[in-house]
Amino acid sequence: MSWAGPDEILLSTSLAGFLDKKLIVLLRDGRKLLGTLCSFDQFANVVLQGACERVIVGEQYCDVPLGLYVIRGENVVLIGELQDREKEELPAHMTCVSEAEIRKAEKAERDARDLKGTMRKRMEFLDFD
Amino acid sequence: MLFFSYFKELVGKEVTVELKNDLAIRGTLHSVDQYLNIKLENTRVVDQDKYPHMLSVRNCFIRGSVVRYVLLPQDGVDIDILHDATRREARGG
Repeated sequence: MSWAGPDEILLSTSLAGFLDKKLIVLLRDGRKLLGTLCSFDQFANVVLQGACERVIVGEQYCDVPLGLYVIRGENVVLIGELQDREKEELPAHMTCVSEAEIRKAEKAERDARDLKGTMRKRMEFLDFD
Repeated sequence: MLFFSYFKELVGKEVTVELKNDLAIRGTLHSVDQYLNIKLENTRVVDQDKYPHMLSVRNCFIRGSVVRYVLLPQDGVDIDILHDATRREARGG
């Protein structure tokens, strides 16, 4: 087997061109992982170095550090290359908060959604839609 | 291999890829492989406000298994050639 030269790597669909780059990996459950690509295979199993999860709630976000991650390919939706300019990663109006704060915001959002669900359930006899 | 060959013809064209999670991405088709994994360049998300984390992504790899539709350019298909290719494929080569 011969190794692909640099041109073939750039032209192919292989993830080789993303090696050692900072990436965002979207997972099937909606999670967003950021990290540097160490390795991959034909199933899009990937190894991320210095991985963190980007939790976004409304206008707030937090990058929760995770460490070295191996992601099973079947869970991968999309792998995007992040541009180098750190501050343009997210819209300017979004604010970085602590992990505690983002968890609180997550819970508040979940509670609001649950409440909406139960209210809708209790009002079901009204037969809207 | 018909669709693989077909997508290879579309390299360089502007397409919109809609994923099973409803995320729709428009970009230039950079390459495609046997699994119909797709690489896009100069991407932008159709509903940018809903997906702020995609703002700075310009090049991306999409796993073939999560694609729902690929919207092609208007001139993306020559029906006659596609018919011929389909018949040839159905005959087994």
